[in-house]
Amino acid sequence: MNLDSNIPEGPLADKWSNHKFKMKLVNPANRRKYNVIVVGSGLAGGAAAASLAEQGYNVSCFCYQDSPRRAHSIAAQGGINAAKNYQNDGDSVRRLFYDTVKGGDYRAREANVYRLAEVSSDIIDQCVAQGVPFAREYGGMLANRSFGGAQVSRTFYARGQTGQQLLLGAYSALSKQIGLGKVKMYNRHEMLDVVKVEGHAKGVIVRNMITGEVSRHAADAVVMATGGYGNVFFLSTNAQGCNVSAAYRAYKRGAGFANPCYTQIHPTCIPVHGDQQSKLTLMSESLRNDGRVWAPKSAEAAKQIREGTLDPNTVVEQERDYFLERKYPSFGNLAPRDISSRAAKEVCDEGRGVASSGLGVFLDFRDAIARDGQPAIAERYGNLFDMYQCITGADPYSTPMMIFPAVHYTMGGLWVDYNLQSSIPGMFVGGEANFSDHGANRLGASALMQGLADGYFVLPYTVGNYLAEEGIAAAGTVTTEHPAFAAVEAEVQGRIETLLSVNGTESPRSFHKRLGQIIWDKCGMARDKDGLTGAIAEIQALRKEFWANVRVVGDARSLNPELERAGRVADFLEFGELLCRDALMREESCGGHFRVEHQTSEGEAKRDDENFTFVGVWEYKGDDIDPELHKEDLVYEEVKLATRSYK
Amino acid sequence: MKLTLKVWRQKNSQSQGKFVEYQLDDISAGSSFLEMLDILSEQQVANGEEPVAFDHDCREGICGSCSLTINGIPHGPENGTTACQLHMRHFHDGQTITIEPWRAAPFPVIKDLVTDRTAFDRIIQSGGFITARAGTAVDANSSPIAKGTADYAMDAAACIGCGACVAACPNASAMLFTAAKVSHMNSLPQGKPEKDRRALAMVSTMDGEGFGGCTNIGECEAVCPKSISLDMIAQLNRDYTAAKVKDFFYLVP
Repeated sequence: MNLDSNIPEGPLADKWSNHKFKMKLVNPANRRKYNVIVVGSGLAGGAAAASLAEQGYNVSCFCYQDSPRRAHSIAAQGGINAAKNYQNDGDSVRRLFYDTVKGGDYRAREANVYRLAEVSSDIIDQCVAQGVPFAREYGGMLANRSFGGAQVSRTFYARGQTGQQLLLGAYSALSKQIGLGKVKMYNRHEMLDVVKVEGHAKGVIVRNMITGEVSRHAADAVVMATGGYGNVFFLSTNAQGCNVSAAYRAYKRGAGFANPCYTQIHPTCIPVHGDQQSKLTLMSESLRNDGRVWAPKSAEAAKQIREGTLDPNTVVEQERDYFLERKYPSFGNLAPRDISSRAAKEVCDEGRGVASSGLGVFLDFRDAIARDGQPAIAERYGNLFDMYQCITGADPYSTPMMIFPAVHYTMGGLWVDYNLQSSIPGMFVGGEANFSDHGANRLGASALMQGLADGYFVLPYTVGNYLAEEGIAAAGTVTTEHPAFAAVEAEVQGRIETLLSVNGTESPRSFHKRLGQIIWDKCGMARDKDGLTGAIAEIQALRKEFWANVRVVGDARSLNPELERAGRVADFLEFGELLCRDALMREESCGGHFRVEHQTSEGEAKRDDENFTFVGVWEYKGDDIDPELHKEDLVYEEVKLATRSYK
Repeated sequence: MKLTLKVWRQKNSQSQGKFVEYQLDDISAGSSFLEMLDILSEQQVANGEEPVAFDHDCREGICGSCSLTINGIPHGPENGTTACQLHMRHFHDGQTITIEPWRAAPFPVIKDLVTDRTAFDRIIQSGGFITARAGTAVDANSSPIAKGTADYAMDAAACIGCGACVAACPNASAMLFTAAKVSHMNSLPQGKPEKDRRALAMVSTMDGEGFGGCTNIGECEAVCPKSISLDMIAQLNRDYTAAKVKDFFYLVP
């Protein structure tokens, strides 16, 4: 597998501008001769589809939702980072770069992260020009707030709906191009496979989710922006439809899958209420700006709170353990996500958890309300407080919120080089679907930044460069008549028929739930060798059981959500094993990956830089054959590797 | 709690639909409305029936996918809430709940509770954007925007495009949806150059899609999960009238 990262020569700060200059261009009149497929319409996909169409390429864009406006980017609440330094508090491109590399626990590629920080300012400019209504100060200038893992205020926000507003910006740009006929939009279409011709990605096979029709689509390049795989855990903050299928199909066709074990558990979610639950709801990390995280010092008091015999408001100051402030005095409640999540888990493991399940800690606004007044807190977090009350029935103004960590984001993804090209030439991967910028842990407000950086400012250049290198003579030459399309389509059809013909007794959702439980227990916030080895065996057995006993009702020729779910769960059942294998291979703790065997005497993550400063890239070798591990060594020229400390 | 559901079942857009009754036992008060439907689905799969199809995705009230008329009210009885954020504690043991799709000619039923809302996308495609090609923008702070203006734009932009306004309106009017987007963009300095074109084009597409006219009934505002105000419609009427007059004198570029 070719893992050449193609990092441009020269000093870090000049790499991207030099590279842009050296890239080949397609003459504007020739761009209309090229077709580009974009799968996904979230921040990365929507922005890339719109930008490529603006440049003049013919774009086909696919999404499984009923409208491109509904992609899960829409659910991001807190904000988007940019190195504008509007607050004059010492921010710079270099600092954002450094914070991101450090936040990722020194497992990200320097050159990519630097470029991300570099284009961050352009993103804000672009979004404002599109009419994104970011929060403003009375003087009319843009407002900022601080976010976990940073000591500067560099986060731009639109109430608690930043993701929604940014996505609607990209959606409006995309809509304009659809209206102009430059983008052909396929709503309610699910990508089921990728087609390679002479080693290059040249198309996709999709299923129309309303009619069930399976169709072929050819192009000169394919951009995948299909999101993350958090739903492998069954319960996560992801939307119900989020899945790994598109990325996993690409992996099975030869794209390397990088660092699947880097999953992020977000510290501030609403605790699980019972076994009927279908998803977990995130409360924005921005709440930690004013809320203080605590648990009772004594397990006895926690027990009384769980049973409802003790009102948390009556717990006196000396009996409260503000454990983040105690353990990490300089970052306090704003410690990064991985660290905050593990701290909450420890507290609950000690029997000091609250919430009926014992899996919860308090996020208390009592002091903030006393200091700033309830109207000020309502102005900052009103919609989040309303949401909390709507879900739990409790009023966070008068009783402390309860939170617990939940799976939220996946840093791993398809391997890409500096150009965001996967190990399949002609296939580019953007947004959460790629592995590139966040290392082993993502900082708050960086996902929106990366999605839009990829979509607006990186892919439109690098896809053009690839097309120019392939040459104008090649434009539009591969059509769906090529035998490769027929072969892949037949495989896709066969798979659908097999799913429908098993006719067992257990529903796809039930298998998904069981898989999620294995992964959460053995490959969640704390992982160890025995657990992971056991999980791999359990998943293999569950997969066998699935193909022997799954029950998919309905048919293939109509809207059939059970069939859609079955296909996705089948892929999760294979992918879950890869996730555990990667976690087993990585004999160190870093970022969101915590191996119990590798911790300091204080219980902090212990990296092994000598042996594990690499990207773990997996190559598919065939069903029931172990995948092969390849390594891309990470070279740090600018940042000095250090123990990540937030104390 | 035990519940009786009366659910609209319809095979596809061509076929006739009907209400079908289902019994559910043991629904916990902490479950969301859609989790209750998940349990129904599992029960149906166990019986070898095809589950009720319904649109849903984020389940946190922001994507706008869910679209259920519950006991006659789009998104159900709670104000300012989508169906996915509605919890069963708002219902009582033994209650009968009627669940229907959005009812409006421009939103044809695809299957059961799933409707086709692409007419909304086409309204946006005709003018719901500010033209700003990637890479051409000036510094974000170069044009200050008064906090009040930015807040007003955000109030309008909060629309999630679910279509409850249309489903609730006796005229199946899409004025609140269209007005929210026009008000969001027309109120900002960045949106001014295309202000008149936007109002004219979006209203024209809205009419062409078969949505009815607005007669100031206000059901739309009452059911809107984001509490978008009727004031937005007043703003659209102002902008549209001004644009129409300018258009008469060939003043719209």
